[in-house]
Amino acid sequence: MAIKSLDDLRKIKESAKQATSARHESGTQVIVGMGTCGIAAGARTIMTAILDEISKRGLQNVSVMQTGCIGMCQKEPLVDIVRPGEPRVTYGNVKPEDVPRIISEHLVNGRILSDLVVAKI
Amino acid sequence: MEKLARAHVLCCGGTGCSSSGSKEIIPAFKEKLAARGMSDEVKVVETGCHGLCELGPLVIVYPEGVFYTKVKVSDVDEIVETHLIKGRVIERLLFREPATLASVPDYDDIAFYKKQHRYALVNCGHINPESMEEYIGAEGYEGLAKALSMTPEDVIAEVKKSGLRGRGGGGFPTGNKWQFTRNAAGDKKYVICNADEGDPGAFMDRSVLEGDPHRVLEGMIICGYAVGADEGYIYCRAEYPLAIRRLQGAIKQAMDAGLLGENILGSGFSFTIHIKEGAGAFVCGEETALIASIEGRRGMPRPRPPFPANSGLWGKPSNINNVETFANIPSIMRDGGDYFASQGTETSKGTKVFALTGKINNTGLAEVPMGITMREIIYDIGGGIPNGKKFKAVQIGGPSGGCLPEQLLDLAIDYESLTKAGAMMGSGGLVVMDETTCMVDVARYFLNFTQDESCGKCTPCREGTKRMLEILNRICDGKGTEEDIPLLESLAKSIKAGSLCALGQTAPNPVLSTLNFFRNEYEAHIRDHKCPAGVCTAFLGYTITDNCRGCGLCKKACPVEAISGEVKAKHVIDPEKCIKCGACQAKCPFKAIDKG
Amino acid sequence: MGEKFAEKDLVKLDGVLADLGSQKGTLIPVLQKAQEIFGYLPREVLVRISEKIKVPISQIYGVVTFYAQFHLMPRGKNIVRSCQGTACHVRGAKGILAELRRQLGLGEEESTTKDLGFTLETVACIGCCGLAPVLMVNDETHGRLVPDAIKGILDQYR
Repeated sequence: MAIKSLDDLRKIKESAKQATSARHESGTQVIVGMGTCGIAAGARTIMTAILDEISKRGLQNVSVMQTGCIGMCQKEPLVDIVRPGEPRVTYGNVKPEDVPRIISEHLVNGRILSDLVVAKI
Repeated sequence: MEKLARAHVLCCGGTGCSSSGSKEIIPAFKEKLAARGMSDEVKVVETGCHGLCELGPLVIVYPEGVFYTKVKVSDVDEIVETHLIKGRVIERLLFREPATLASVPDYDDIAFYKKQHRYALVNCGHINPESMEEYIGAEGYEGLAKALSMTPEDVIAEVKKSGLRGRGGGGFPTGNKWQFTRNAAGDKKYVICNADEGDPGAFMDRSVLEGDPHRVLEGMIICGYAVGADEGYIYCRAEYPLAIRRLQGAIKQAMDAGLLGENILGSGFSFTIHIKEGAGAFVCGEETALIASIEGRRGMPRPRPPFPANSGLWGKPSNINNVETFANIPSIMRDGGDYFASQGTETSKGTKVFALTGKINNTGLAEVPMGITMREIIYDIGGGIPNGKKFKAVQIGGPSGGCLPEQLLDLAIDYESLTKAGAMMGSGGLVVMDETTCMVDVARYFLNFTQDESCGKCTPCREGTKRMLEILNRICDGKGTEEDIPLLESLAKSIKAGSLCALGQTAPNPVLSTLNFFRNEYEAHIRDHKCPAGVCTAFLGYTITDNCRGCGLCKKACPVEAISGEVKAKHVIDPEKCIKCGACQAKCPFKAIDKG
Repeated sequence: MGEKFAEKDLVKLDGVLADLGSQKGTLIPVLQKAQEIFGYLPREVLVRISEKIKVPISQIYGVVTFYAQFHLMPRGKNIVRSCQGTACHVRGAKGILAELRRQLGLGEEESTTKDLGFTLETVACIGCCGLAPVLMVNDETHGRLVPDAIKGILDQYR
């Protein structure tokens, strides 16, 4: 939509915030760091593995998104998991073979993988 | 039709798991389930390899997707009884004890982020860079809305109040720069974003462009309004294809939404932005060279004045700022200049993004308040030097900068203190060096770079850097003489004095700074024919010691067939053939190859 | 123009010239597009550009030879850029470059393989210093390199 005034901008802001919080309440998100660093460290393979795993399991209400470089190059590739009502949890140095575990243990069952976790927001 | 099973038990039948005993696990499950009359409810499936062979045999139980590792036949009973019948997860067989949310540290509590203050980078890694809505949801374009409700003079006053200085290296006060362009006579003015991040070792601009492109656009639009320009250019390196793609997407979204184009937010102000791809020339980071390049010419600097603020792109008044500078503008407008100015030192306000690389544990981007010490950045945020090595120096400011040794680590960093120490802020690339880095080799590395990137216009820069490089090559090759050091110093002086742009004026800095702090390394090369760090190959030789077991790996690794020896007998290196690449040493499993 | 260029490529070039030819400061974008089409900038192409956008060939030659991005000689199907940035330098970029030369069978002064499969270049910095040493093949970046990984990476593009 066209933003013609400050009011329009505020409306979009509110709806964007609502959309984000609605996602927080009802759905789960997987967010992959897809800056050049992330991609160089293998983020694209990780993204494919995540999409595969989600479709293999037929998981509903999961959105897979990308974000830019958060600045922790040493720990790329980085994957964040957000479950309804919970903080965003970041995993680092993720390898394709870690993806099934992250999806099944954390995304589906809420058990955080202590060996890969970096921090939460 | 097969009955729908309520649960699935997946047993890995890959080679790794089979060899650790999964073959017996599948029949054991089937037997136990049959005994409990659950054969119809629970399906046992053999799967392919999960790639976690060292933890095999693996068993995964669906629908929960619980991952059990190192499962033995004796565990099968418990899995069926406790998990499949009672629905309780067996913690002891889990890959590791799961962490609780409470036990996971907050971002703000982990060492890497604790001392950071994310202002320009606030959205990077947090929002989807390809969604304008997410940017708006994170207070995006509010700074623009606020700016458009003010007079251009007030916008400039706010930027001045913030104390923001150019983040590209020069450190010129941004508000003053805007004022010059605003005051310049002419109807047509331009805003240019310098995204030609060429300093080797700096990548904060790329991160912002890739991670938060709308922030840069918003900064440029605000600048356009303040200086009275209606057109903007982003000059971005072609080496950043992802950044260019994200910028193109962001510009299109902003155009479609009316945040770029005619009559933005009903204010009557109009602004458009184009992208120009750089074509690979470091000197184009210099503003007059950058303008020449946008105009389609060889990117060579010209004398200033006139400054671009008066005569820039196609002779029109133009305001040039770098990416990080523009990225600070939206928040300064939104929060007010005072908030920004509350961080930092007397002369350098706000935060600065540093790119932390080289011999350091946590490589990455650190945005910290000005005035922090290098020690805090390297040890608290960067986690120190890896592999138990000793810190030697940190190089700051790229090819224009210098290095800071151990004794200057407690210096509070701002534009002035760094210049005083013989280094410079530059774009904020920090390359950490340890005891295995040769400072003469580092100086040579930078001279090689500037010599290659000199545009050739000024003779002292074109010829002088070449001569300096020859001397450094000579020293690294073991052919240096006592006169070489004073000769380097005298050349450095002439190049600094006789060059038009910052590239030449600062090109000798890496040499002067290493001469200042590490003169003994130069002297060791010249007098003792030694490279104390063990880098310069002219002084090196590789020999095989008695630890050799004759495995032959070194022989295979050698690219020039300099190693000979029978299997299970000690090998030897032919020093005539050896090119001192070190490939053999890297391969040797017995640490039987000495360098020295 | 000779027969060595495909008709469809020349049509594409004319399309680019029609699109961009009249814009201010168009020379560099036109050269970038032309190089995308032909893989390099042959003399005949430069002459055609000169005639269409009315910029003297001498000036075009000056621009082409100034910027590292432009090439007057044919290049390989895949472009390998070995990063020589500071962070890569201190973390062993020289060894990576040597291994690339070895795997591609290129001598010190050579840059393109005989079968035109690969062109090897160095680049000052690709801004991926956190994962040094790094290299780029076409638009893909590969990081945390060790010499042993080079063969596997090149094989993906063979």
